[in-house]
Amino acid sequence: MSAKQAIDLKKTAIDWLGILPFLLFAVMFLIAPTLYLVTGAFLNPAGEFTFDNISGLFTDKILASYWISIKVSLASSLGGAFIGFFLAWAVVLGGLPSWIRSSLLTFSGVASNFAGVPLAFAFLATLGRTGLVTLLLRDWFGINLYATGFNLLSFIGLTITYMYFQIPLMVLIITPALDGLKKEWREAAEILGATNTQYWTKVALPILFPSILGTTLLLFANAFGAIATAYSLTGSTFNIVPIQLYAQIRGDVLHNPNLGYALALGMIVITGISNLIYIWLRMRAERWQK
Amino acid sequence: MKTQKIGAWIAILFGASYFIIPLIATFEFSLRMRRGEYTFDAYRSVFSDVQFRESFSYSIVMAILTIVFGILLVVPTAYWVRLRLPQMRPVVEFITLMPLVIPAIVIVFGYLRLYNSSSFIPFTGSARGTDLLLMFSFMTLSLPYMYRSVDTAMRTIDVATLTEAAQSLGASWPTIMFKCIFPNVMSGVLSGAFITFAIVIGEFTMPSLLNRPAFGPYLQLIGANRAYEPPALAIIAFAITWASMALLQLVSRFSKSAPSKP
Amino acid sequence: MSFLELTGIQKSFGPVRVVHDFDMTIEKGEFVSFLGPSGCGKTTVLRMIAGFETPSGGTIKINGKNQESLKPNQRNIGMVFQAYALFPNMTVHDNVAFGLKIAGMDKAAVDARVKEMLGLIHLGHLADRFPYQMSGGQQQRVALARALAPKPQVLLLDEPLSALDAKIRVSLREEIRMIQQQLGITTVFVTHDQEEALSISDRIVVMNSGRADQIGSPFDIYNKPATRFVASFVGTLNLIEATVVDPASNRISIGDQGITLREPLGPVKAGDTVSLALRPEAGSIAEGAKGDTALTGQVVSTNFLGSVIRTRMKVGDPVISFDMFNAPGLSPPAVGDVVTLRFTASDLLIIRE
Repeated sequence: MSAKQAIDLKKTAIDWLGILPFLLFAVMFLIAPTLYLVTGAFLNPAGEFTFDNISGLFTDKILASYWISIKVSLASSLGGAFIGFFLAWAVVLGGLPSWIRSSLLTFSGVASNFAGVPLAFAFLATLGRTGLVTLLLRDWFGINLYATGFNLLSFIGLTITYMYFQIPLMVLIITPALDGLKKEWREAAEILGATNTQYWTKVALPILFPSILGTTLLLFANAFGAIATAYSLTGSTFNIVPIQLYAQIRGDVLHNPNLGYALALGMIVITGISNLIYIWLRMRAERWQK
Repeated sequence: MKTQKIGAWIAILFGASYFIIPLIATFEFSLRMRRGEYTFDAYRSVFSDVQFRESFSYSIVMAILTIVFGILLVVPTAYWVRLRLPQMRPVVEFITLMPLVIPAIVIVFGYLRLYNSSSFIPFTGSARGTDLLLMFSFMTLSLPYMYRSVDTAMRTIDVATLTEAAQSLGASWPTIMFKCIFPNVMSGVLSGAFITFAIVIGEFTMPSLLNRPAFGPYLQLIGANRAYEPPALAIIAFAITWASMALLQLVSRFSKSAPSKP
Repeated sequence: MSFLELTGIQKSFGPVRVVHDFDMTIEKGEFVSFLGPSGCGKTTVLRMIAGFETPSGGTIKINGKNQESLKPNQRNIGMVFQAYALFPNMTVHDNVAFGLKIAGMDKAAVDARVKEMLGLIHLGHLADRFPYQMSGGQQQRVALARALAPKPQVLLLDEPLSALDAKIRVSLREEIRMIQQQLGITTVFVTHDQEEALSISDRIVVMNSGRADQIGSPFDIYNKPATRFVASFVGTLNLIEATVVDPASNRISIGDQGITLREPLGPVKAGDTVSLALRPEAGSIAEGAKGDTALTGQVVSTNFLGSVIRTRMKVGDPVISFDMFNAPGLSPPAVGDVVTLRFTASDLLIIRE
């Protein structure tokens, strides 16, 4: 009896031993650092519990940086989702030759990973003050882009740049969802008297809605945490939250390390919420696709 | 029907210009180094830069180390979870998805506070220690992609049966792992490896905050100080990403033709 | 004038012609099946009636009205698809209400009609379920209710049973037939299953490579197949090669046993080969069995099929199968036995191509 128990115990121990390295890794490099920041956000420098850091976030400067981050992330995710959806629609249902589909998907795989510093360089070379498109607009059409108030180092410039990896990401995720629309649904709707518009508004879009919204949220989180592109595009002049945090880490510009933790916590909360909604919608979408 | 096709073409043309014009512009810009003529001087300048070679080879070494250790961590874990601890799957999957939820800059912020030179485990106390920490941080970044591709590959083979078959033939655990499991999930391992490679080569935040001379911070530095080298570097970076993804496509297509589909 | 008229319908996909000069008229309230193997063009004809495919030639008229310029959503046709094409984002109620809402019916009328339709298929209690929560058979019944709700002038069924289990297939086809007769709706049913077609149709069109080989009642199709294809596709059949002995007196021989046919042989001469068809259930070897014709042969095998026992006997070269009903106390012939099969000469059909 006790011998059997001992064997069982040994077996269980071996079972857990198998994923011990992974658990150790996760604790050391994911969970502990995050927890450290999260708890730090509720402590003062003397190590006592406080909400001061959280309320410290509610200053004009920090709120402004959250707001501009949310605006850029929202604009680039909505824009990316919208354009990406139409591209995916075009290759799945637009009746285009099949090589266009495979080229778009291959290219999207590359472009969705083409982010960071090089992307900033590419857009500086395109829409910067001496960028090709800026020059061509001036020489061919007589439009002085920068006189119209456009600036690459601004909300709109950053949004356009981010969309370069947001659109392909949307294409990659939404194409399978569009493939999942059955031909019979369209035909059934049609034979029941529905027009093309009615089919889209009453059948196709409601079916796709969880995937579309979920992917948009993923794009949002993706843009919200990104820093390299914005940093090398604008230096530290453009105060999105990640850049703010970057400056804080390098030089404690907020003059309060624990306020830095609160800043990080705010980012985790925002991306966490959007990811939770994404996971929830994804599960709903998969339920239908059974 | 006709209008639909026209709309589709418009969408594709718009998308294609959005994607391709910046690439053309970047390439054109990178050729402008000499006034009045197009030359490859910028590329020559880049390739002759000692720092370029050093940071690039540093990042490649880091990428290879990240891939090797990532595989050693992920493959046995995914295997063990499937074989022995299926009840832990949701937990493990949740952990592997965490790096998508928590921004990289937040994670590295935590490292800096937790593993500084005066801490319990002073990773950042020495250059080698920091390199090690950087590698672990890259592993964290690539964990979602690596785990997902390996786990997908494992779904297509029946690990339990494969293991029992190997055991009944008298194979030891290392033999099972390296002779039976690894070769069968090779396609997943490879696709994870290529994505990891692309991520590590371009990553800026982590090496920059950990003060290591990687390719990402080098790019940023050049961008802040030079005019024509950055677009040349962007073209080079795009080519590297393209090559990794092309290899990935090749591997996934190759594994699709394999008969081990469920 | 018939209710649904198909005249000279043709369809080509590129250089491939899939439907050749298809003519067919269907009366109001009639249940017609298109029967044939896959790729015979039956589904294409159905989809042309629905308007999903445009005929390359010919006209389709419903109730005297040419459908050529009408889109599918203007034809007022109901259709049930092979794959459960219920909208996954809608409940059963909303699926059935879809066509009614599109037609602009007010809410109270929609609800009443949906209730009526769900009652018809006995699924009133599942109105709030989503499609993924139901079995295939239930989904297909909802699809039927959805197609019928807007009172279409024609109902098209595109292999609606082929994705279902055998038992449900039988019960659902009976239900479809009952509802069809109750509503008196003109119905076209596409199937590759001859038993399905035989059991529920008023008339059957047997299709073969884009042509209608035979149009007739299930009884005619089964008992008087017009072509070798129809004979072999519908039911089990003995196809026997016989030699003409005397065309004038309709004498032929099978093996070396002579038989006189009822049907005139037509323009053949002595020594020619003719193909004859005989259903396995047409004859009997029992003592005192009726029949003006007999063939004697040696049993080569017996197969127990449940309700019947199928025996194969060799008559010279040709092998002929015949069925006898299973009964307690019956002793089937043993292999090697010599038996005599009696049947009526008129059951022997001459198959002309």
